[in-house]
Amino acid sequence: MPLLQVESLRVRFKTEEGYVEPLDGVSFEIEAGEVMGLVGETGSGKSVTAQAVMGLLPFINGEVTAGRIIFMGKDLLSFSEEQWQKYRGAKLSLISQNPMTSLDPVYRVGDQIVEGMLLHLDISKSEARPRAVDLMASLQIPNPERVYYQYPHQLSGGLKQRIVIAMGLCAGPRLLIADEPTTALDVTVQAQIVALFKKATVQRGIGLLLITHDLGVIAQICDKVAVMYAGTVVEFGDVMSIFNRPKHPYTESLLHCIPKLGMQKGTLKAIPGNVPSVQTFPSGCRFHPRCGDVTSACQLQKPGNIHLDSGINVACLKYSSYMKGSA
Amino acid sequence: MFKKREIIQNPAVSRNPGMIMMPSGHRRRLWRKFTANRLGVIGVVIIMVLIAVASLANILAPYSYKEQELSAMYLPPSAEHLMGTDEFGRDVLSRVIHGSRISVYVGVVSVGLSVIIGVFIGSIAGYYGGWIDHALTTIADLTWSLPEILVALLLVAIIGAGVECVIAAIGLTYWAQYARLIRGQILMLKNEVYIEATRSLGANDFNILFKHLFPNAIGPVVVAATIGIGQAIVLEATLGFLGLGAQPPLPSWGAMMSSGTAYLFISPWVIIFPGLAMMITVLGFNLFGDALVDLLDIKDTTTT
Repeated sequence: MPLLQVESLRVRFKTEEGYVEPLDGVSFEIEAGEVMGLVGETGSGKSVTAQAVMGLLPFINGEVTAGRIIFMGKDLLSFSEEQWQKYRGAKLSLISQNPMTSLDPVYRVGDQIVEGMLLHLDISKSEARPRAVDLMASLQIPNPERVYYQYPHQLSGGLKQRIVIAMGLCAGPRLLIADEPTTALDVTVQAQIVALFKKATVQRGIGLLLITHDLGVIAQICDKVAVMYAGTVVEFGDVMSIFNRPKHPYTESLLHCIPKLGMQKGTLKAIPGNVPSVQTFPSGCRFHPRCGDVTSACQLQKPGNIHLDSGINVACLKYSSYMKGSA
Repeated sequence: MFKKREIIQNPAVSRNPGMIMMPSGHRRRLWRKFTANRLGVIGVVIIMVLIAVASLANILAPYSYKEQELSAMYLPPSAEHLMGTDEFGRDVLSRVIHGSRISVYVGVVSVGLSVIIGVFIGSIAGYYGGWIDHALTTIADLTWSLPEILVALLLVAIIGAGVECVIAAIGLTYWAQYARLIRGQILMLKNEVYIEATRSLGANDFNILFKHLFPNAIGPVVVAATIGIGQAIVLEATLGFLGLGAQPPLPSWGAMMSSGTAYLFISPWVIIFPGLAMMITVLGFNLFGDALVDLLDIKDTTTT
């Protein structure tokens, strides 16, 4: 049984102009000890997916209207807020997008790690403190005893990000969700943090859901990848097979957009058009206005999830013959 | 930036104490920033002198504040009575010194009371939003529109004139400004990433509101409260002037000025000295409040 299973998730938000649906048909699975990448352009619904899994949607006027989220065999969508509070931080943790603002400026960073421990573990503050220092040391924070007593504004971005990771790991969660953990950092620090994530999850045997728009990071550390476009997971499966033989036209054009070292000079292939905003999602397949393989059916019919023999799930009408064959 | 990156790559470098600022250095910088503001220092000195005078009133006052000496009525300031005597021959200096107790007491307690009420109601309104916010904001606006003197008159009718009446009147009418202030702060801060991060850690509403939002939101309220103490002292004097405050023979500055109006042109010292004392006190709190604005880096939040 997978650690986390998300099935055709639909989310809507209440706005002043009515409802918008940023997610429609998000499905993926993560096994324990596995790193899964969730990749997509800005506005494709990656962060909303993370917030849905964390049960944070009610705080931003959102709700899940359809689908299932099964975590460790439990249906998270049936949870009350009190049950969520016992799970958040203890069983699943979210590392937010920006480490610069993820720490409360009025508390010492060490105390913020201890706070998470005190919320979930049955230990005293004096017992938690050395554990926090050990955790900081295991995340390669130099001189953890001293950094413990410092305030967020005294630390560099890389150090802050490590503290935020330590907060996420403090109560021993089974699943870590990292929402673009490296976007705000310098390129040199990014590589270190990415390696640190991989090490931290493999050592603990926990699942990692890594949200990013950096395909390089995905290739480097992920086992599986889910490609999102306009609120839908268009392709999900093993990283190597997807990157070598992309099935969905969107994944294919996305991989074409990456400049490679030693590439011939010339124009990079970009995907024509823009990502539609959440109010103007097109009918049928949401990618059809920009797709190179578009057919008349694409404008009308929303493609379902098709399971290919190679173990890859793809949402594209091109492969509908497979569905008939398997059914 | 370059040096900080080195720390991460090479743990040995981080032993150098100059690289990451120590908390004590931060505190020292704040202290230097504060002492550079001369007006703020004057404010603090005034407040400290006031507190010293109020707590040592029994030792400092040369005469009793209530003993009457009818043979020595309306004496002008002299070596014997530095601020002269009033209509019952009481030493004005001693009464001004004792009056500081009532002013400090009323100022601090009434503002403390209104800050507690205001902060509690304002935090709840800002955090929960929706109809709770609407209801509490309406109540705050309603009380803010009540004139303090009217509330004081009402309370006099219920509990009788006295210092407690003044405190209750100020507490019940002033809380709305602190409620508004903290509500605005919390509305702004509750969307901060670190609040979401704390919630992802499993914290409940109580924890988020009082442990994380509250300490971050309290700065402007501290400033407003400091200036509010000055306002409360003036209001206490106003109510004392109208005879609603501390009752005779307690020497409230407002009541002393009120008794001096009768012979304003013959013996002005009876009204001038308590007035001066009040002016200097309020000035002290206002200067200190303004210095706090700079110190705590607060922008445009103390408009009341």
